[in-house]
Amino acid sequence: MTRTPLRPLARILSARLKGENPDKIERENLRLRHEATRDKARARAEVRLLFLGLAFFAAFSLIGTRMGMLAASEPEEAQVRASGAPILAQRGDITDRNGRVLATNLQTYALYAQPKDMVDPARVAREVAAIFPDMIEADLHRRLTDGRSFMWLRRVLSPEQMQRVHDIGDPGLLFGPREMRLYPNGTLAAHVLGGASFGAEGVQSAEVIGTAGIEKAMDARLRDPGQAGTPLTLSLDLTIQATIEEVLSTGMQMMNAKGAAAILMDVHTGEIVSLASLPTFDPNNRPSLPVSGDPGDSPLFNRAVQGVYELGSTYKIFAVAQAMELGLVNPSTMFDVTPPLRMGRFKINEFEGKNYGPLLSVSDIITKSSNVGTGRIALLIGGVRQKAFLTALGLLDASPIEVVEARTGKPLIPKRWPEIVTITAAYGQGISSSPMNLAAAYATIANGGTSVKPTLLHSETRQQGPRVMSAATAKAAVTMLRRVVTDGTASLGDVPGYFVAGKTGTADKPKKGGGYYDDKVINTFASIFPANDPAYVLIVTLDEPIETSGDEPRRTAGWTSVPVAAEIIRRTAPLLGLRPEVEAIPLDRLTAVSN
Amino acid sequence: MRPVLYVATFMAVMALAFWAYRENYATQRALRNVTDLQREITALREALSIQNAEWAYLNRPDRLRDLTALNYDRLGLLPLEPEQFGQVDQTAYPPSTFPAGMLAVSDAVDVGGTQGTLP
Repeated sequence: MTRTPLRPLARILSARLKGENPDKIERENLRLRHEATRDKARARAEVRLLFLGLAFFAAFSLIGTRMGMLAASEPEEAQVRASGAPILAQRGDITDRNGRVLATNLQTYALYAQPKDMVDPARVAREVAAIFPDMIEADLHRRLTDGRSFMWLRRVLSPEQMQRVHDIGDPGLLFGPREMRLYPNGTLAAHVLGGASFGAEGVQSAEVIGTAGIEKAMDARLRDPGQAGTPLTLSLDLTIQATIEEVLSTGMQMMNAKGAAAILMDVHTGEIVSLASLPTFDPNNRPSLPVSGDPGDSPLFNRAVQGVYELGSTYKIFAVAQAMELGLVNPSTMFDVTPPLRMGRFKINEFEGKNYGPLLSVSDIITKSSNVGTGRIALLIGGVRQKAFLTALGLLDASPIEVVEARTGKPLIPKRWPEIVTITAAYGQGISSSPMNLAAAYATIANGGTSVKPTLLHSETRQQGPRVMSAATAKAAVTMLRRVVTDGTASLGDVPGYFVAGKTGTADKPKKGGGYYDDKVINTFASIFPANDPAYVLIVTLDEPIETSGDEPRRTAGWTSVPVAAEIIRRTAPLLGLRPEVEAIPLDRLTAVSN
Repeated sequence: MRPVLYVATFMAVMALAFWAYRENYATQRALRNVTDLQREITALREALSIQNAEWAYLNRPDRLRDLTALNYDRLGLLPLEPEQFGQVDQTAYPPSTFPAGMLAVSDAVDVGGTQGTLP
């Protein structure tokens, strides 16, 4: 590039000759040079601006095109994931405490029809009706030809049925995938599991929702996608549950009862190891709710949780335990038990008009199950303290157990609490609660006096509930209950080696209109075993049992519930890992086991 | 010097383009493979869940009870009862000769009566 000088000598000299100012030439040249520089800079800037504009245009068009493509295209699941995320069932499994499956899901198909695509509706109606006997051909044909464009035919299909529908080969018959809830053990633990059914249904999937039992109570947990891979572990033990249901069912037949319930509870953890209610049902094919008759007679009715009964003399131990806790009595305090105990216009008598008088110790009041004696102890305690104690034992509130029916099993308690209620409540009349409430209250005694909340969820930790009574009182109460079995009304309940302690309860069933039936009873046996180191509570309740092996029918719990409970303990205690102690083993004995 | 740089740059661009082309196809192949594997995993999981359900169904307690009753002659299985608990000294001693390479347990003892005092 040639640089033009600002002061070219030739022009300067000629300008000087003409007498002009040579500086003008310099300024002129300087101006020209500046203009040239400016033009060059502008041109360069224009090019740069153009380039920048193009770049922006390209970037924006790229983004715009991508947005347009995203908006216009079908949404698609991301294919590359950090981990091979498992395709999980939409509802978690339920297992027992040892991991044996109680409820799981099965992949199956639903059948639907699109009549617009159907080639020959008459043939489809005929052949489909042949596969499913409950469908009527004429009805099906009418519905397939009335102009609708979509129709559900079947919620779930077996593989055989699906193959036969395939064989019809009509393009108007289509299948939608379904996840079906399956209870492989049939009727076992049906009242705990409850059941499930389809909620909102679409062609590609349907939601499965719990309809009863723990399926409904824990619905949110079971449907939580984050926990779908981990099964819900219940406290139930399948083997023990099966054994108890078998024994209870046999016992119910032998005792001619119309219903029965049993609860086996771990007193330290509050776990319900078994919960049975008879008659039962199959949750795979849950019957519909009864529309007429007593809902309590339906197999769906959970007698252990919903059945709110007057549980009779099983309550007596609570009055006695409280009196001992308050320091009012000790096991050998003597009471006048001459019947009747008069309270205003009421007269309290003993069972079948017996007379245990004149004097009976507190321990014997429990052993012989004296209404009069318990009534007198309750009067010492007073209604306010009694109500507070029963509340602390959880007998006046619905059980916190994780089945949805527990809410409907709220105990029936009198509105007012006059002295007559204090007396009757002490021996379990005029106040109703479910066997589950009773199990929790007995577990509190067996657990050394701290309250235990019953739960259906597996947990190994001992519950540290609030203290209801001192450990000494609880121990004394268990000792008294042990005497009921060795010397008292529950003598048939003794199982060699397991030191059963318990209390019988025979309560007349209340009539609908008021008053009580003479020949209808609820028999309960609440037991704790082994008495020397309580580990389990077993409640057995029979509804309207009659024991007919003797000369005249017997309706007391000692003859009906107690032998059933004893057989349950004999069968389940070894399964629970309890070793019988048939003879006194010398302490700290060592036996050589090798030579 | 400069032409060499141009040629080198051009060669580098070509090499990178070739690499990107190959990577693109390798990625697509891997994605297809992943899809296939996931489909296989799904199918296997489905099969597994069906087999688990069937296992639970075949092992349901009432069926096992019936089977033990049917096969009583061969198996002689009875429900577990309290009488079946015994003391260690009621069982036969293990053989005193041990196969070579196994260490004999010496002076083993069973501690009795630790379940608390009797009422």
